[in-house]
Amino acid sequence: MDALVAAGPAILFYLFAALAVICAVGVVTMRNPMYGALFLLGTFLSIAALFLLRHAEFLAIVQIFVYGGGIMVLFLFVIMLVNLHRLRDTRMFGGPWPAVIVLAVLLLGLFGWVFVQAHFDKGLTQPEMFTSFIDQQGRLHENAGNSQAVAWALYTRNLLPFEIASIFLLVAMIGAVVLGRRQ
Amino acid sequence: MLEITTNHYLVLSLLLFAIGLVGIATRRNMITVLMSIELILNSVNLNLIAFSYQHSDLTGQIFAIFTITVAAGEAAVGLGILIAFFRLRETANLDAAVELKG
Repeated sequence: MDALVAAGPAILFYLFAALAVICAVGVVTMRNPMYGALFLLGTFLSIAALFLLRHAEFLAIVQIFVYGGGIMVLFLFVIMLVNLHRLRDTRMFGGPWPAVIVLAVLLLGLFGWVFVQAHFDKGLTQPEMFTSFIDQQGRLHENAGNSQAVAWALYTRNLLPFEIASIFLLVAMIGAVVLGRRQ
Repeated sequence: MLEITTNHYLVLSLLLFAIGLVGIATRRNMITVLMSIELILNSVNLNLIAFSYQHSDLTGQIFAIFTITVAAGEAAVGLGILIAFFRLRETANLDAAVELKG
């Protein structure tokens, strides 16, 4: 039992990693985009679990809200809006697919070899860094929670990118409305 | 084997990236292509989170939030283009988009 508890994170990682890869394969191979979208939801949720295993609690929730909620609803809405029977691929593979498969295998081989060979120092791993932050008076807040630590980093050091992101979302929203408008 | 290292996350992220790449290049259905792009963005997020944990630095998580923001905007605009295209051509097949072909 103790060995099982000790191996818990590893078991969870392999479980959700396998689920993510299987669902990703489903996204790419399903002829019906509706099934593909549901497989995509499985990938999103598995990746949220993998974020949790890396102590990114806030991001896991954001992943479920934004991807599992917002983007998935957007996809399902569009799939239902357009005619499903016309969406089916006439053939499974089109275009330069042999070259693409070769490229993907080469990519897998090259980077996979590098990633397996690479060795990363484990000494820096301190998950408590993700739940603490230093405020403007220089005080250290420990065990504040991941949301508070992320918020502190987001609204102080990264305020300008945050504002740019809000402008970007405004532009994207206007663009989507203009594109979807009936002429 | 029992300890999950950054390498595990990198290999998983590479697998998802390769699957997304194959999906983008081989499928002719615009919705499937957009979903493959989402897969690739997710694999990037996995890398960011893995390295954030590796270096005990929150910046990786912050950057992943911005990636999710861009993915949301990309999905909205991409699906808007798809609806406009579907209205024009009555199909979502990429091979039907030949206006710019010389």
